[in-house]
Amino acid sequence: MTTNTRGQQVPRGMPVWAWYSSLPVGALIWFILYGQLVIFSEWVTKLFPVERDSHAGEAIAFFVYDVPKVLMLLIAIVFVTGVLRSWFSPEKTRAILAGKRQVWGYPLAAALGVLTPFCSCSSVPLFIGFVSAGIPLGVTFSFLIAGPMVGPVGLGLLYGLVGWKIATIYLVFGFSIATVAGFVLGKMNLERYLQDWVRELNTAPVGDVPDARLTFADRLKIGATQVQEIVGKVWLWVVVGILIGALIHGYVPETLMLQIMGGETWWSVPAAVGVGVPMYTNAAGVIPIVEALLGKGAALGTTLAFMMSVIALSLPEMIILKQVLTYRLIAIFIAVVSAGILATGFLFNLII
Amino acid sequence: MKNVKVYGPGCKRCETAEQMVHDTASQLGVEVTIEKITDAKSIAMAGVMSTPGIEIDGNLVHTGGLPEVAKLEGWLTAQ
Repeated sequence: MTTNTRGQQVPRGMPVWAWYSSLPVGALIWFILYGQLVIFSEWVTKLFPVERDSHAGEAIAFFVYDVPKVLMLLIAIVFVTGVLRSWFSPEKTRAILAGKRQVWGYPLAAALGVLTPFCSCSSVPLFIGFVSAGIPLGVTFSFLIAGPMVGPVGLGLLYGLVGWKIATIYLVFGFSIATVAGFVLGKMNLERYLQDWVRELNTAPVGDVPDARLTFADRLKIGATQVQEIVGKVWLWVVVGILIGALIHGYVPETLMLQIMGGETWWSVPAAVGVGVPMYTNAAGVIPIVEALLGKGAALGTTLAFMMSVIALSLPEMIILKQVLTYRLIAIFIAVVSAGILATGFLFNLII
Repeated sequence: MKNVKVYGPGCKRCETAEQMVHDTASQLGVEVTIEKITDAKSIAMAGVMSTPGIEIDGNLVHTGGLPEVAKLEGWLTAQ
């Protein structure tokens, strides 16, 4: 009967062959432009009446290099993710996870958390949909933690701005925290701390939307509308993040950075988590800051802890979840996830 | 007369979806009553896990993201 589109309204009239041919053309243009970014940013920096080596010169160079770079990366990542995610839906994920009580339900949920399209405004109906379909609470938490924590935007930008090694470390540990935290929360038998009305819903709501087959052109359209929607929404956060990154890069002395965020100061990891949790931004906004921090010699563990707590634990999300979770459960949730983040931070400060 | 329910906690996309239903119906000359459902419990009970969800005369026809106008026209004119 109908299809389940997860994109925005699609502009009508573009024929299928145009979608297919614009893919290689778009990719080619993207790569050519991406290769010119250093030349472009140095050229723009020279237009300013400042010394290239001065604080201001460094900050301006960072800003004008990072803004086009991050936006280009963001467009590419959001597009590819949008296309990939068109094969997944919350309904399919629920069907896969329903009744998975074995241990491997947790990593499976974490993996699906990364691949399933959902926005934070749907997290409450999604949570209820999962729990009422008999998906264990811990497995549901693994899903909900992994989604933002190891989202493709964060990983892709980390890869593009700070390199594949740190991106891989982040992926492995973010994924592990989602899996283990879900497992630990699952073992604590927390069902009694759900809001009363959620516990009483034990009938699995039916009403799956019939999912018609999408052509590859349809999936490309979904990717394109995702770019429009998401990049249109986050670009301001990105610019503000890069501005903060540029100021750190240009003006914060390395000695000060080593004192505050160096590996020698034991309290830097908990402090980073304490600062990160109430900070509200998204992966795209925080990674330019991470880039600048690491460039100034901040310890990897401290920086990872900061980034993870900003992305994975956000107060607005907790306020949304308050509708279904009691304060006690939210506190346990934050404590378990923070413990995982702290452990990751300390581990990396110790071994690197 | 069609009875349309738009499910969503009140994010921007849900409001846009409601507006789309309203506009498309009036363009087509289809009479509709639009009910907006923002309560998390009712949304979940309707089987909606990604919002906005659109239900027409008791049938859930769409979840997640904005619908395409062409499809919306199809649902509103279907007998």
